[in-house]
Amino acid sequence: MSADEPVESLFRRESGRMVAVLTRVFGVHNLSLVEDVVQDAFCRAMEVWQFRGMPDAPAAWLMTVAKNRALDALRRERTARTFAPELTRLLESEWTLVSTLDEQFAPLAIKDDVLRLMFSCCDPRIGEDSQVALVLHMLCGFSVDEVAGAFVASHAAMEKRLTRAKKVLVQAAQLFDTADTAGFSSRLPAVQRVIYLLFNEGYHGASPQFAVRASLCQEAMRLAGLLQEHPLGSTPATDALAALMCLDAARLPARTDAAGDLVALPDQDRAKYDRDLLAEGDRLLQRAARGPELTTYHVEAAIAWVHTSAVRGEDTDWTRIVTLYDMLMSVRPSPVVALNRAIAVAQLEGPEAGLKAIAEIEHRDKLARYPFFPAALGELELRAGRPAAARPHFREALRLARNPAERRFLQQREIACAGGAPDVVPASAVRASSSAGPRRPARPAPSAPGPSPSPSPPSRPVPSG
Amino acid sequence: MNEYLFLYRGSTRPSSPQEMQEVMQLWMAWMQDLATRGHMKERGQPLEGTGKTVNGTERTVTDGPYAEAKDLVGGYTIILAKDLDEAAELSKGCPVFDRGGSVEVRPVMKM
Repeated sequence: MSADEPVESLFRRESGRMVAVLTRVFGVHNLSLVEDVVQDAFCRAMEVWQFRGMPDAPAAWLMTVAKNRALDALRRERTARTFAPELTRLLESEWTLVSTLDEQFAPLAIKDDVLRLMFSCCDPRIGEDSQVALVLHMLCGFSVDEVAGAFVASHAAMEKRLTRAKKVLVQAAQLFDTADTAGFSSRLPAVQRVIYLLFNEGYHGASPQFAVRASLCQEAMRLAGLLQEHPLGSTPATDALAALMCLDAARLPARTDAAGDLVALPDQDRAKYDRDLLAEGDRLLQRAARGPELTTYHVEAAIAWVHTSAVRGEDTDWTRIVTLYDMLMSVRPSPVVALNRAIAVAQLEGPEAGLKAIAEIEHRDKLARYPFFPAALGELELRAGRPAAARPHFREALRLARNPAERRFLQQREIACAGGAPDVVPASAVRASSSAGPRRPARPAPSAPGPSPSPSPPSRPVPSG
Repeated sequence: MNEYLFLYRGSTRPSSPQEMQEVMQLWMAWMQDLATRGHMKERGQPLEGTGKTVNGTERTVTDGPYAEAKDLVGGYTIILAKDLDEAAELSKGCPVFDRGGSVEVRPVMKM
């Protein structure tokens, strides 16, 4: 964590650190006390600063306020409660209370606590989707409503999901031990996966608000940064994951136009790509290549790299992309990956080959709720010169659309079918008010976890684009 | 220029750190704007929600301020304006209104 981190997310960032250190001090069984103390600390900071202005080192101030509130809580509650078992004796005596707390609030100790809590949240007894929600809630300071908003779930459903997940944490009675080397390495893939899913939810998720989604991407990248700083966490897989996120995030500014509409990859203005993130992604991808390990993150980062390295959309090396998707299918096959592969095949060999590849996807039924599956069929039919066959697919895709941006995007494609011309009419010609629409299938977004525990595709990779 | 007291009442607390930060930044921006335009006399302070009330010839002490939550004074500021109308107009930019609160505008008495 450096001092130049953006101030807009200061409270959110510090919230995760406060929750982590207080959970360590109070013990995981006192989670609600932790939340009360954190809430109280923020309320105080907010109210004083709104009158007096922010101090020079607000993060340090917030931590001091949290420490003082914790001290109050410990003095008030120590006869009625037990705290972290390994600290109980030190916290019970007034002689050692303050110095013990000072030690726990040292920046390095806090960093370790954040990691410990992150690993605790990725407990295998908690479902993957709930792990992501829990990390967002505990480590990124998202309220229940904000987590629900990010996943387009109802408040009640999200509350239930988080309560259930917290119960597992509490029952574990102890936080994950990051000093346990073997345990660390075996839990690490689950932690990487949660970061990956969090990023994906931001990049492709159902939330209609761009700001919400961008902050999920930011949080995922921040958490990956914490892993990278830890000697056991900084593996080639972590680097590959971080590279993937950099390369994808670099494209965020070009993914939506001024009106907030989605812009398909081939039509994105590459001048808008974030150069610094691209360079960082390149650097990390090279670092990830040390050692023999090849993870899905490596392959997906390589796909993202091929896309960003093309000067223009039409320069994309589709042969390489198809090869990389083949590789991905052999490491972690899923219908979503197969669909992305089929789209790449269509780019390389034409729409008929793409349609054939789609027809061959196994377990296609898993894509049933996924708007970009029918959309891809529609696009390829359209490009094959069969607008009448394309249209019902776009209608189906529209029915499945998860937010207004997707809906507008798909409406334009449906309008393109009405032209009846054998060649594709650019959307810009159909609706002059919006920017040029895609002529090729949009990159499929992985299905969102959704409000209900209904089946979603088994894998949610970051497809290229 | 005359002095006016702003008393802020009854705004609801945001529930997430992000929201709190956003509300705080709105207040900071509003106060800064008043200062830039030369209307700030004293930024004032926020007040705790607790307190005691002392009452009557017996000086009876009771716990807690009088008011219900919505009437509770949460803080004060002293501003400068040419008259009461302008002071009231200036208060309209206060973020307290977006969270269900109110501002009481009172002229500071002069000799």
